[in-house]
Amino acid sequence: MAPSGSLMGFVHRQRRGAELFLLILALAVGIGAYAAVGIGVEGHVPADIVGYGGWLAALVVAAHVAVRIVAPYADPVLLPVVAALNGLGLAVIHRLDLASGDHTFARQQLTWMTLGVILFVLTLVVVRDHRLLQRFTYTSGLGALALLLLPLVPGVGKTINGARIWIGIGPFSFQPGEVAKVLLVVTFAGYLVLHRDALALAGRRVLFVDLPRGRDLGPVLAMWVVSLGVLVFQRDLGSSLLFFGLFLIMLYVATERPGWLVVGGLLFTAGAAAGYQLFGHVRQRFDIWLDPFDYYRQASGPHSDQLVESLFGMAWGGLLGRGFGEGSPWRISYAESDFIIGAIGEELGLTGVIAVLLLYGLIVERALRAALISRDGFGKLLATGLAAVFALQVFVVVGGVTGLIPLTGLTTPFLSYGGSSLVANWVIVALMLRVSDQARRPLPDLSTTDDEDPDVESTQVVRLP
Amino acid sequence: MNKPIRTVAIFCLVLFVALMANATYLQYFRSASLNDHAGNARVFNEAYSTERGAIVAGRSPIAESIPVEDQYEFLRTYPEPFKYSPVTGYFTYEFGAGGLERTQNAVLSGEDDRLFVTRLVDLLSNSGTQGGNVQVTLDRAAQDAAWEGLTGVPGDVEGAVVALEPKTGKVLAMVSSPSYNPNKLASHDFGEVRKEWARLNDDPAEPLLNRGTQKTLPPGSTFKLVTAAAALESGSYASADDQVPGGSTYQLPLTSGDTGLIDNEGRSCGTDRIPFSQAMEQSCNTTFARLAVEVGADAMREQAEAFGFNSTALEDLPEAASTFPDDANEPQLGQSGIGQFDVRATPLQMAMVAAGIANNGVVMRPYVVDEVQSADLDVVETTQPEEYSEAVSGPTASELTKMMVATVEDGTASPAAIPGVSVGAKTGTAQSGQDDVAPYAWFVSFAPADDPEVAVAVMIESAAIERGEIGGGRIGGPIAKAVMEAVIKK
Repeated sequence: MAPSGSLMGFVHRQRRGAELFLLILALAVGIGAYAAVGIGVEGHVPADIVGYGGWLAALVVAAHVAVRIVAPYADPVLLPVVAALNGLGLAVIHRLDLASGDHTFARQQLTWMTLGVILFVLTLVVVRDHRLLQRFTYTSGLGALALLLLPLVPGVGKTINGARIWIGIGPFSFQPGEVAKVLLVVTFAGYLVLHRDALALAGRRVLFVDLPRGRDLGPVLAMWVVSLGVLVFQRDLGSSLLFFGLFLIMLYVATERPGWLVVGGLLFTAGAAAGYQLFGHVRQRFDIWLDPFDYYRQASGPHSDQLVESLFGMAWGGLLGRGFGEGSPWRISYAESDFIIGAIGEELGLTGVIAVLLLYGLIVERALRAALISRDGFGKLLATGLAAVFALQVFVVVGGVTGLIPLTGLTTPFLSYGGSSLVANWVIVALMLRVSDQARRPLPDLSTTDDEDPDVESTQVVRLP
Repeated sequence: MNKPIRTVAIFCLVLFVALMANATYLQYFRSASLNDHAGNARVFNEAYSTERGAIVAGRSPIAESIPVEDQYEFLRTYPEPFKYSPVTGYFTYEFGAGGLERTQNAVLSGEDDRLFVTRLVDLLSNSGTQGGNVQVTLDRAAQDAAWEGLTGVPGDVEGAVVALEPKTGKVLAMVSSPSYNPNKLASHDFGEVRKEWARLNDDPAEPLLNRGTQKTLPPGSTFKLVTAAAALESGSYASADDQVPGGSTYQLPLTSGDTGLIDNEGRSCGTDRIPFSQAMEQSCNTTFARLAVEVGADAMREQAEAFGFNSTALEDLPEAASTFPDDANEPQLGQSGIGQFDVRATPLQMAMVAAGIANNGVVMRPYVVDEVQSADLDVVETTQPEEYSEAVSGPTASELTKMMVATVEDGTASPAAIPGVSVGAKTGTAQSGQDDVAPYAWFVSFAPADDPEVAVAVMIESAAIERGEIGGGRIGGPIAKAVMEAVIKK
């Protein structure tokens, strides 16, 4: 099938009205969930529902207006899905705040969301064409490395819960890895799109695998290895896994060679085995995953209380959930960040969990769709990379919390409490929207049919009416 | 690059499907086993803070949850704790539950499938789940009489009283002494609960034990009813007037000397053959040991099992199986015939024997849960009486009844006589087998003999009574009488 062929002459509609309608539904989810939390926990609709709802609506409308003005052809589904997830996350965090009595995470999260939306709008305004980013291939690579190294700088870096992935600036803590993630996608996309021919064609064949020349793959491989090294050093398993998968997927998409997946799979197995042998904390996570109940409420040594409480909570929630305020999600430590899915599973049930997963799936699918119809290689790789980051992150964190894979510790995009993650994800969505806007925007009438671009699939000529 | 992008899309789809499948497995298929996990405090917290249903006897609760101003919202309360705790059991945060609190937990917590509609209404009306109620078969007057009678025995009495309705199997009374206060175990002061739990478990008198169903002891002479039933069923004897072997002593087969010699402790049992009812009236050991040997080990065991020995019958409460040995030799069989050797019975079992005889030979399955009700008192299910076994034929039952009535009128069971009512009864005094442990006093009875409304078993394991004074008739008779009167007089 040749989608670009079928798209010949097809003009995407802007669909901003549809986006607005979906956004109203998303607001109903966010504000409705906030009201439900108030009713469930305190027995009445929260007093600040008007102020809170108004603020949430204002943010969402601001984002919508920005899209309307600077990215009118952008995908209409992404923003509403993100708004729904963020609104739901706020409500769940608020619910956990009420349970703990003294936290104000929801209020802080709303502040972070405000910053996220501001950066979202800024990204859309500043990056008027995603191909601009290609210029910053190496700059963003260096930036990513610098950010990853920051937590290791004495005085700036902070160790929280065993992982040295934080930097403290005054009263604020920030996880630079979240931003590095976005920069890495830009770097990989920029580099790979430039070298994809060389990577795909030049090289030697070793054991059924066509290996590229060192000078083609070397630089990006080197920086990837450094990133992984840094993360392993910082004991950030989740991010290591994320970067590894991201690199692999982007390399595969750029070179169109499934062999990379085989190589990557073998490397991953070897890496996992080595990690198990070398690092005590990896082994612990693995052992706990295999039999969480053996480590439940242990007086000493590794314990699995968080995971087991999450499993208990989700089982307790069952199909329909206990309802907001009817469960005990506070039993899961860090329920508002890493384990927010456990809290949702308990109070909103399997229905809630599946709904959240479907929303995430929609984001990934929409980003990949943008990649498919994008006309330039960089856009394709960028969108694919962003989608992959998203999919892998959701898989790793939800899989970890539900016991599908060993727990590694990542934030749940848009739901988890945490400023760095929320802000970074809003920027990611802005970039996804930007690529989709470019891809869906009708081309000016060129009236020529020359076909010099080697990437036939990404070339299309559209006659304007 | 579109082909690999499509592959990536499929890969992502696989990831998400795996997540959804795993969540479904966790929250649907595995949720029951996770909820039942011993360490799952969440479920117990919830059970602690939902409005648990009441256990009701007569018109008022014997266990209920009352609202309190602490984090658990409801406190389990037992209005008459000691009297009813063998039936209600306890409900603790850390140590689980016992008695009906445990066996009827699904109903009381509202999780029972039979309460599904109520639960659905609760869900839709957004009110917290309310548990269903359990109506027990206990008769308050009978329970009061049993409790007062048992605790009226001097000293720290250890014993139990069980009363059954012969026609249905309803448990009308069940008390056990020493008892415990389940309020102390339901307290939200968990430190105190822990102390009380340790104290109860360390107490050598075993207050947590329901002696009515869980304690098996040699039933002594009350077991002669089973032996008599086996003799009549064997066909060798037909009526209460038939002549049975008597005599003042009986040397058990294959034995010699005092250890194998059975006597009648001075009661009048003739020299050679005496009427069957005289043997019963005087509780002649020589007669019944002989009869057991005559009938044979297999027939004796089958008769005992027909009354419920070697298995359990009550599903609502924890029960120990009463036992009749299945490989007794002749001298042991002779001992078994008078309720000694390895014969062990619970008071419930002996009440079933009396009830079976009273009910024309048909033993009804005993039960405690009469009705299951929803939170708004709609009857969800009523327990239907169920035949447990046909222990003896009708004629045999009526001959046994005659003998038991005679035992009250002219024999050892006279303390149970109620003026104007014909009562059938049998006493028992079982050797504990140890010199320093007093014999156990037993008493079984039913009334009225012609249309039985109640069958009672009383067992006194120990009390502050002189060794020589212990006799089933003297201690157990008045208690049984009081319980029977309480039922009949209504």
